[in-house]
Amino acid sequence: MEKQELGLEITELRLGLPTSDVCSKKRGYSELTDENSLSNEEQQQHQQQQHKNLNKAQIVGWPPVRSYRKKINKTGSKGSDCGKMYVKVSKDGAPILRKIDLNTHKGYADLVVQFEELFGCFAVEGGVLRDYSDKSEFVPIYEDKDGDWMLLGDVPWEMFIESCKRLRIMRRTEALELKY
Amino acid sequence: MAYSFPEEMLEHVFSFIQTEKDRNAVSLVCKSWYSIERWCRRKVFVGNCYAVSPQIVIRRFPEVRSVCLKGKPHFADFNLVPEGWGAYVQPWIAAMAEAYPSLEELRLKRMVVTDENLEMVSRAFRNFKVLVLSSCEGFTTDGLAAIAGNCRNLRELDLRECEVDDHRGNWLNNFPDNFTSLVSLNLACLDGEINFPALERLVGRCPNLKTLRLNHAVPLEKLPNLLSRAPQLVDLGTGAFTADVRPELYSKLATAFAGCKGLKSLSGFWEVASVYLPAVYPVCAGLTSMNLSYASIQSPDLNKLLGQCPNLKRLWVLDYIEDSGLETVAATCKDLQELRVFPSDPYDAEQNVLLTEQGLISVSEGCPKLQSVLYFCRRMSNAALSVVARNRPNLTRFRLCIIEPRTPDYLTIESFDEGFGAIVEHCKDLRRLSLSGLLSDRVFEYIGRHAKRLEMLSVAFAGNSDLGLHHVLSGCKSLRKLEIRDCPFGDKALLANAMKLETMRSLWMSSCSVSLGACKLLGHKMPCLNVEVIDERGPPDSTSDDCHVEKLYVYRTVAGPRLDMPDFVRTMEKDSCLMLRD
Repeated sequence: MEKQELGLEITELRLGLPTSDVCSKKRGYSELTDENSLSNEEQQQHQQQQHKNLNKAQIVGWPPVRSYRKKINKTGSKGSDCGKMYVKVSKDGAPILRKIDLNTHKGYADLVVQFEELFGCFAVEGGVLRDYSDKSEFVPIYEDKDGDWMLLGDVPWEMFIESCKRLRIMRRTEALELKY
Repeated sequence: MAYSFPEEMLEHVFSFIQTEKDRNAVSLVCKSWYSIERWCRRKVFVGNCYAVSPQIVIRRFPEVRSVCLKGKPHFADFNLVPEGWGAYVQPWIAAMAEAYPSLEELRLKRMVVTDENLEMVSRAFRNFKVLVLSSCEGFTTDGLAAIAGNCRNLRELDLRECEVDDHRGNWLNNFPDNFTSLVSLNLACLDGEINFPALERLVGRCPNLKTLRLNHAVPLEKLPNLLSRAPQLVDLGTGAFTADVRPELYSKLATAFAGCKGLKSLSGFWEVASVYLPAVYPVCAGLTSMNLSYASIQSPDLNKLLGQCPNLKRLWVLDYIEDSGLETVAATCKDLQELRVFPSDPYDAEQNVLLTEQGLISVSEGCPKLQSVLYFCRRMSNAALSVVARNRPNLTRFRLCIIEPRTPDYLTIESFDEGFGAIVEHCKDLRRLSLSGLLSDRVFEYIGRHAKRLEMLSVAFAGNSDLGLHHVLSGCKSLRKLEIRDCPFGDKALLANAMKLETMRSLWMSSCSVSLGACKLLGHKMPCLNVEVIDERGPPDSTSDDCHVEKLYVYRTVAGPRLDMPDFVRTMEKDSCLMLRD
């Protein structure tokens, strides 16, 4: 992360109470990979999806869904903020993305239990997710508000749910491969 | 001349003839039947409020008790009709206030209704009983207060998907203390808080209340009390179905539901805490209609719930149901007639629910009475459509929305011409069809050839040329409503089939290739049609005849061009084209 390299942690904006230690404890995904960001291919894919989303938003009246339905689906109730926080979760190797409401969880342990329900055969051993179906290890990472990929578990839960935009359960081996 | 029945006798016989179509047929037999019938017609349905004027209706049918009016075209639901286009109920209310003092029922769809209109309704009609406003806008809870306060014999107040400016007042308090006639109350679309004591008292003193649909602002805590005051309910729309986990609330809720032994229809579920769902299990076996399309319940809770409902005839859900849930439905709901699956995340480019063509196939296999389908999905195949068509030749309504425009068959990467072709070929009673995905002119050839009972067709991002439109207009004998957007259909097909348009209620075309000149020509040649060009881009006189119009709405009418148009709508009248080539 460029900010860290330039020693600009102090200027970094964040939500929640200012605790001086938090910033230095956050591990960027780059610590695993020595890369500053996702691989080029992933970046391209991400951009393509964003373009697709933008284009769709520009087509008036498509898909043919009544406007009161759109509001409801987004917030779970018309207008009022009921506090649902849906984020996408993808797992390497699984073809389908799922969605999780972060607000229904009390902490990281709870969250990992839902990973198990959604993607099956998980166990947490020594802070690491292991998939028994193929004996590989997985690392849960999340994309924060700045677009950086961070390891799960380093910041207080409340801070995490404020800044988490999406989750990815990544194969540790893949992470290591990118390093070299 | 031999004899004639006395008028009273004919009137008595006619009173058994209720449907519009039959009444119209009766009136064509001879002059005296026409005359008798018009005096005893009590119900009028006007499918397009601009097709006829209130004066013409009143002149022909002087003793009407029930009126149904529809205003804006269907695509208004998706924001394609600009604000201010029209469909004001004002002139109708004003005319009926004088002519129909005994009016009892008013049903309006896609019309603009103001508080003044509602006030007038509440005062002009002494015996007013039924008000149903469907997808209407322009009024506030103040208008509802007038209805509540003045309509002493009100039976139904049904607000379906309206945009109501909620002043959060105590309008419910306006129902007088001695008011007890309510049978149906639907407030689901209101945004604001409701006065609970007033609602509870109202529910408590109306013993015939059969339908009660609450809005999302009614918390779960209030539901047990309401239900215990109305155990005779047949149709319930819950408020929010979520609360912290509280065992005493759960048991109160479960008891209340168990007490509603006649419940047939369940809806609402704005926000759901799954832990409270089992409270409704006691009524599930009796349900024939379930609307979970606002509920973010996922499997397994959703599957468990649906597995308890073997008598469902109608089911509306979100795509959280996934293929596995639809398999459960196919195995459990053998009486299912109507299925609607809505997208939970319509703007998401990525697939994040496991709902594919397989779910549709399962239901088509497992539900022999299935006739009406609305299905949003992200992938489909011709093979699947073919299977569905063969499984369910009894389909009467089939609306498929593949979310990404122009998506091909995911297996063959071809268009869906063959798949929809199979649908229209096998489903001979198909009355309504909505197309999506990649489609060429060929699908319209199939539709024109086979869909002889088709009354309404919706088309988007499809076709290659005018031939597509021509196939439909020349082939679909029963076509009444055609709505098209973003298709390369132009002048040739439109002008070649001008006469057809007089046999239809309306045609909508937006973002197509119809020129202003063609619209002028059509308006000039067909005086029985209103050819409305909707163009928000600028003053109409500055557009050349070669320019494509933004939106075109053509409908048959006996009332001539309307006089309440905003400046971005122009009717192409006779002589409107001053310079006709040739």
